[in-house]
Amino acid sequence: MTTKLQTENLTKVFGRPSKQVWRMLKEGVAKDEILKRTGCTVGVNNVSFKVNKGEVFVIMGLSGSGKSTLIRCLNLLTKPTAGKVFVDGENILEYSREELRRLRQNKMAMVFQHFGLFTHMSVQNNVEYGLAVKGIPREEREKKAQQALEAVGLGGWQDMLPGQLSGGMQQRVGLARALANDPDILLMDEPFSSLDPLIRRDMQMELLELQDRLQKTIVFITHDINEAFKMGDRVAVMKDGIIEQTGTPEEILANPASDYIRDFVQDVDRSRVLQAKDIMFTPDALLSRKSGLKMAIREMQLHGISSVFVIGSGRKLLGLITIDDAVSALKDNKTVDDILKDDYFTTGPEIYVNELIPLAKDTRYPIAVVDENERLLGIIVRASVISAFVG
Amino acid sequence: MFPEQITLELGKYVNDFIYWLNNNYGMVFDVICNGVRWLLLNIEWMLLLMPWWFLIALVFILGWRLKSLLSGVVFAVMLFIIGAFGLWEPTMSTLAIVLTAVFFSLLIGIPLGIYMSSRDSVALVLKPILDAMQTLPSFVYLIPAVILFNMGKVPGVFATMIYALPPIIRLTNLGLRRVSQEMVEAAQSFGSSSWQLLFRIKLPQALPTIMTGVNQTTMMALAMVVIAAMIGAGGIGHVVVTSINRIDIAGGTESGLAVVFLAIIIDRLTQGLGDRFNANLS
Repeated sequence: MTTKLQTENLTKVFGRPSKQVWRMLKEGVAKDEILKRTGCTVGVNNVSFKVNKGEVFVIMGLSGSGKSTLIRCLNLLTKPTAGKVFVDGENILEYSREELRRLRQNKMAMVFQHFGLFTHMSVQNNVEYGLAVKGIPREEREKKAQQALEAVGLGGWQDMLPGQLSGGMQQRVGLARALANDPDILLMDEPFSSLDPLIRRDMQMELLELQDRLQKTIVFITHDINEAFKMGDRVAVMKDGIIEQTGTPEEILANPASDYIRDFVQDVDRSRVLQAKDIMFTPDALLSRKSGLKMAIREMQLHGISSVFVIGSGRKLLGLITIDDAVSALKDNKTVDDILKDDYFTTGPEIYVNELIPLAKDTRYPIAVVDENERLLGIIVRASVISAFVG
Repeated sequence: MFPEQITLELGKYVNDFIYWLNNNYGMVFDVICNGVRWLLLNIEWMLLLMPWWFLIALVFILGWRLKSLLSGVVFAVMLFIIGAFGLWEPTMSTLAIVLTAVFFSLLIGIPLGIYMSSRDSVALVLKPILDAMQTLPSFVYLIPAVILFNMGKVPGVFATMIYALPPIIRLTNLGLRRVSQEMVEAAQSFGSSSWQLLFRIKLPQALPTIMTGVNQTTMMALAMVVIAAMIGAGGIGHVVVTSINRIDIAGGTESGLAVVFLAIIIDRLTQGLGDRFNANLS
């Protein structure tokens, strides 16, 4: 995996930091204390991280944690006080003004919390803006803008003014404007925070779908830990200008690095984060179609279970038999095929646990997790669905 | 009583400075003077060249397009009444001075406003100067204007300009500073140069505020142009001043009303223009 974007000891202090401020930062004096004693506000404190190509890296923190300052340091809308920012291995702080402009024109684009649309321009001209700044000829500009608008589902809206669109649509324009430039890196500063919950969820899903196709490197800011865990391949939790923990959602859920993060994680609705594949397990007993009923009964008795899944070649799921059926079938000289049941539920590996709740409630059998070829990947029992909530 | 030993003869220094300017850079002021006079006379010539009914029709159409049909009618009637007062020619002369003063005010004021919005230090210095320009009794400007540009219309234009400049500078500055920070950041994040940012984003966004400034500047110019008649700027102001001297109530009423009508027409038309831009933004 190649590193696309990297920061090294990135620090931003607002106001004129004296030597005293640097000393206090080194000693790890708290942000509030530094503000009280020196009048300088510490936005970002010694932050280092790497973002891989094609990865969604989420920076999560509450307001005042420095996350917006941090993302602005990545394209130098805010000049860091100290530290380095590498894009494709080049320290962009050493760039001349002209090189910085070219970087912003070609490699990075940003999406803003309140959309940052140019209200005096049509949707089309908004989306074309980045291309116009680059001096791309009109025809090509129009074509690319159209493609970008269609990608976000806004084909046909190009002649409207941004003010005539709803919030969700405005942010689609914001996204299209960023995508039109075909940047490698997308910086998204709380892009969905000002949208209402239903639209936010749609936009999240759409962004994930787009990302599947486009494979951009995305830095995504949010204050919502559910959103962070949903969107992020990796998540960095920020507090008082410092990154407290970086890891995959599962890692952070499993091992919160501090009390602060533990508190946060408690708020997480795990059922929206965990997917079927996260809570499924390999069944202790599985029955091959060829094995006989005696074998089936023995397997169930051995593991103390009352039903077992039957698979064919290539782990293809055929059905399920219960111990009661098996015992009576043995007396009647029937075969496994005769008593196969199909009134159990199956689900895909990427289904979120919250969608499994109704299934778990209604079934007496485990839920089978299968891939698109009906191959059995694992099973989920009711208890694991419930415990996903309790944590 | 304030002790008599303590004296500050600031007036004397300013006096010396103005005379020094005049003696050493008289040529420069002559050149400026000629340029301004050329524009002024051409505008006046054009206004007088237009038949009276044409101008009334023009005001009607503008009023109708920019405001409403009724406004168009009212403005046309007002201009007609001015003509009926026998004040057509002085009104055109006044209008020429106002237009010239506004033209130069915008030419200087908008770039200065842009500069002021780009640097806090410039704003800090400029603000008290602008305050002084607007609060100093307007008659005071007439004196240096006369010394540098003699009597007549040109010093009238300059005295008018000093009074009319502050609103356009202030409102250009204000309009540019009020452009949403996120919009500016968005433009920057796409790699705009400062010029692209200014001309594609900031100025269009600030346009309604700047148009308010144009309106204010025009009104200020109109207010000052009457006073400027005291140094021979002519126009309706001249009729007002002679009416005062002769205690001529009839002449005073008519010329006074003519100024009011002219003010209303110019104010509403520039406002209508401003609303146009505003409507495009919301």
